[in-house]
Amino acid sequence: MSKTTHGFETLAIHAGASPDPATGARVTPIYQTTAFVFNDVQHASDLFALRAFGNIYTRIMNPTQAVLESKVAALEGGTAALAVASGHAAQLLVFHALMQPGDEFVAARQLYGGSINQFNHSFKSFGWNVVWADIDDISSFEKAISPKTKAIFVESVANPGGRITDLEAVAKIAQKAGVPLIVDNTLASPYLCQPFKHGANIVVESLTKFMGGHGNSMGGVLVDGGNFDWSKSGKYPLLSEPNASYNGMKLHETFGGIAFAIACRVLGLRDLGPSIAPQNAFLILTGMETLALRMQRHCDNALTVAKWLSKNKNVAWVNYAGLPSDKDHALQKKYAPNGAGAVFTFGLKGGYDAGVKLVSDVKMISHLANVGDTRSLIIHPASTTHSQLSKEQLIKAGAGPDVVRLSIGIETVDDIIADLEQAMG
Amino acid sequence: MNHDHYSPDYIRNILRSVKTIALVGASANDTRPSYFVMKYLLEKGYRVIPINPGLAGQQLLGQKVFASLSDVDEKIDMIDVFRASEAAEGIVKEALTLSPKPAVIWMQLGVRHDEAAGLAENNGMHVVMNRCPKMEFGKLSGEWAWVGGNAGVISSKRQQLNTNGRFQSLGLGPDIKAK
Repeated sequence: MSKTTHGFETLAIHAGASPDPATGARVTPIYQTTAFVFNDVQHASDLFALRAFGNIYTRIMNPTQAVLESKVAALEGGTAALAVASGHAAQLLVFHALMQPGDEFVAARQLYGGSINQFNHSFKSFGWNVVWADIDDISSFEKAISPKTKAIFVESVANPGGRITDLEAVAKIAQKAGVPLIVDNTLASPYLCQPFKHGANIVVESLTKFMGGHGNSMGGVLVDGGNFDWSKSGKYPLLSEPNASYNGMKLHETFGGIAFAIACRVLGLRDLGPSIAPQNAFLILTGMETLALRMQRHCDNALTVAKWLSKNKNVAWVNYAGLPSDKDHALQKKYAPNGAGAVFTFGLKGGYDAGVKLVSDVKMISHLANVGDTRSLIIHPASTTHSQLSKEQLIKAGAGPDVVRLSIGIETVDDIIADLEQAMG
Repeated sequence: MNHDHYSPDYIRNILRSVKTIALVGASANDTRPSYFVMKYLLEKGYRVIPINPGLAGQQLLGQKVFASLSDVDEKIDMIDVFRASEAAEGIVKEALTLSPKPAVIWMQLGVRHDEAAGLAENNGMHVVMNRCPKMEFGKLSGEWAWVGGNAGVISSKRQQLNTNGRFQSLGLGPDIKAK
């Protein structure tokens, strides 16, 4: 892992973002171009054969995107990153690099509903078979491992319930099985949790959420921990074996600690194509400079709202790991000590109907399907993000019919509470 | 010294001070790092002398190949070891017979031999192990970030374009102070 002695806030502003070498522009420019000229024929040949660093075509790389990637890699403490069109695209490229048809991976049930769909349906059509486990029973991960298992996938802070995963316990199981641990760090962001410190090998996240933070740009990223031996087991031929599309180059041997990020770029992104727009990379970069300030305010506001809700007569229960009474509070203190994030769920005593009324009657809080905006957001997962799931799946995913999910913004906290209060009345 | 981690300044001082690099284990296969690292270093302005007994007397990337370090008839500043770790000690011992003595022993990514390193250091040489000079040059120049790499350095100074003035080729850059 690359080491640095700079603080998180310094890295959020400066990492990867030296003045532009071509123009001296202090803020990273938007390189709104599809392609880049070659110095000469030999240079072109070297770039295509991965013998030289350099830009070719924005589907594969772009200088604005590159600044975003090296900044995320620094904040997560990884060796390299690859930014793509969305968090879902990042997951697609990660599994494309790891899986062959007929392979399996183990995933926690407690996931974003979109990921559950991606794994259960689209991935299965590629022959990539998910086997579900449960963060409430860590041994279920070990039981789910088979000779076909290629990876374990969990969320650090799990959507929608704000549950905290015992990353080190899952990492031990992954190490024993000789497979990488992939952690979706979207809801925590690296400000709250750095999964590589707890045994993760690959981090994915949606940049659309807290990293960008302003609800204006789609983006996703995968980060290489540089801490997995892709050649040891022979299970990952895309990384360890000679690659026919690069004249027999072995990516792990050639690129060492950044081989996974390179493989996702030069195979997955090259062939599947979900590149990030340079404009979106720029907007996300601008947002990331204030990640620490925003994330702390998100957490502080969320804790205040959660405490208020837990004393409200209309509220049946509140799941927020930041509350001392919460079952995940000890795990939160270990894995996300600066705060339990902004996203959590609660249930109204009036059940499904009261939940629908609340999301309909809020005036400032926005009823929409996103999290991690400056604005406070509310949603009823059972009727939206998780509506494709069966009732049993809904409950297992922490999104039962009575559940309301909040993503607390950075407005004045009294105004957030006042809006919830008037809408519940 | 600690060979698990090198400061950016340590690596920069080496890459700035050396002019002539003997690359032991140079390959003619253009998909091998032992070929394209040599090519990269040549393009960055280093004099690179390929060492490979199987190719001795031939030309590789326009450079004459020598069978061994002892056959080279000019001053070598750095030896880049593109061989299995077990070969490192023999290479250091051979390096110690050269006059003048090379200033740096650099062992490639995946190559580490602590006894060989100790021997070199006891004889006043600087040692880098388990690193690639192409990758390290890329980190210090900013090119590393073009592939999303975490260079571990931050700077408010503009990176220098390489002497050909082309954006797609960066030099080692101004002083970048890492704490």
